[in-house]
Amino acid sequence: MGIELLVNLSYVAAAVLFIFGLKMLGSPATARKGNLISALGMFIAVVITLLDQSIIDYKWILAGVVVGGVIGALVARRVEMTGMPEMVALFNGFGGIASLFVGWAALYGMDANTFQLITIVLSILIGGVTFSGSMIAWGKLSERIAGKPIVFGGQRVFNILLILAIVAASVMFTLNPATAIYLYIVIGLALLLGIMLVIPIGGADMPVVISLLNSYSGLAACAAGIAINNIILIVAGALVGASGIILTQIMCKAMNRSLSNVLFSGFSAVSAGGAAAKIEGEAKAMTAEDAYYVLEAAASVVIVPGYGMAVAQAQHVVKELQELLEKNGAEVVYAIHPVAGRMPGHMNVLLAEADVSYDLLLEMDAVNPRMETFDVAIVIGANDVVNPAAREMEGSPIYGMPVINVDLARNVFVMKRSMASGFAGIDNPLFFKENTRMLFGDAKEMLGNIIKAFN
Amino acid sequence: MEIVFLAFILMLSIFLGFELINKVPATLHTPLMSGSNAISGITLVGALTSAGAEHTVLATVLGTIAVAMATINVIGGYMVTDRMLAMFKKKGDAK
Repeated sequence: MGIELLVNLSYVAAAVLFIFGLKMLGSPATARKGNLISALGMFIAVVITLLDQSIIDYKWILAGVVVGGVIGALVARRVEMTGMPEMVALFNGFGGIASLFVGWAALYGMDANTFQLITIVLSILIGGVTFSGSMIAWGKLSERIAGKPIVFGGQRVFNILLILAIVAASVMFTLNPATAIYLYIVIGLALLLGIMLVIPIGGADMPVVISLLNSYSGLAACAAGIAINNIILIVAGALVGASGIILTQIMCKAMNRSLSNVLFSGFSAVSAGGAAAKIEGEAKAMTAEDAYYVLEAAASVVIVPGYGMAVAQAQHVVKELQELLEKNGAEVVYAIHPVAGRMPGHMNVLLAEADVSYDLLLEMDAVNPRMETFDVAIVIGANDVVNPAAREMEGSPIYGMPVINVDLARNVFVMKRSMASGFAGIDNPLFFKENTRMLFGDAKEMLGNIIKAFN
Repeated sequence: MEIVFLAFILMLSIFLGFELINKVPATLHTPLMSGSNAISGITLVGALTSAGAEHTVLATVLGTIAVAMATINVIGGYMVTDRMLAMFKKKGDAK
């Protein structure tokens, strides 16, 4: 009894540390400490659990911890900042599969009653969906799978049947827990559901999917916690689940779409495109040298990065240009759209890597009111998040989405590899505006050329 | 009674989670995500008991894989979050 009490009291302490840690993650000044505090909570929870009397044999635990620890540490050290979305997706998936196995293994440790069986099925389901969904997200983000939405006829019907089958298999399993075949069916169908949920979602909507999978990984841990009656799993899992849902909401709001629209709109594909008015005009290209002359005379510049900056690994040259402009007496700020990139806060991390001070990174709402005062807006590899069609063209698929109004700046430079439309597949009238100039080519190279002109 | 107790904990934790995360600035969304992702590796605690309890061979195998996966999640998640947060600097901060 004494040890059990000690274990549970330590869980309380761990929960307090998680809560403080998350709270401190809310400000850049304390975030790093907050992460350490949360890690300390995890350490306490794990070490104390090892005292649990039901643990007889430590060799397998040791093996698992060593293997996992080495892999985790290597990946965390090696990963490029541009590869962060893939890595988070991968880790989400690992957390999900771990919860699936914990729920599954719990079946053999006890004589489960119906309630426990239901929670076991839940942890297997959520864990399975998290795992396979995360793997698909990882594939899409690392471009091992095409980023385009994958849709086929009858997808909706198929998914409804799939969910019905899962419910049926789950009920059968709860009624006959001794029959392993139902369990395998539940696991198989859960994995299939995870795949089906993520394949119809396009690359540009990935920030939403990652946030959602993050939430699922927490909920899976939470369900496993209920199954094995472990309070710290429930508390920590619920905290993560809630935080993931909040991020998901923020992302959806930033695109002016509902969650169900993001998750299922791939089914109806982007069909509204043809109905929208044709965009008139011609895009005007310019050279790096011309860009230099304008920038040299500019007193204020706003830089709007997008996924293209990540692809071109251009964050360091961007910072170089920022320094040159500042030396030249210009004010330089960055405007970051909430869904720029492939995960929430993607651009901020890349710019932080390039040593850009975080107080220069402004949110959309802080920049838009003063957009007219900027001499130059430089759009680097962003498209949909600066598309004025969202403001002007009723009938455009992104109409109503809040965007960064770069077209209101005095001059707009758009760095882009070609005239191809963005991930959303929507034409961008910004390219045809009077004050817009296009710089075609690799963003890193283009910026390099401008910097050369400065020197 | 136990179900009610667990449900209570669950509900309070969810509300607490909402309150905690609501005020995080956009700049920190990625570290927040990888940091909370590391916390979801708490399932490691559950995996430890499955791997060490010697119920059945299958449970031990499942537990061991779960321990390895969850450890990747925990160690990798915390380390990469720390690496990222170390880069967030304000002008004038000591380098």
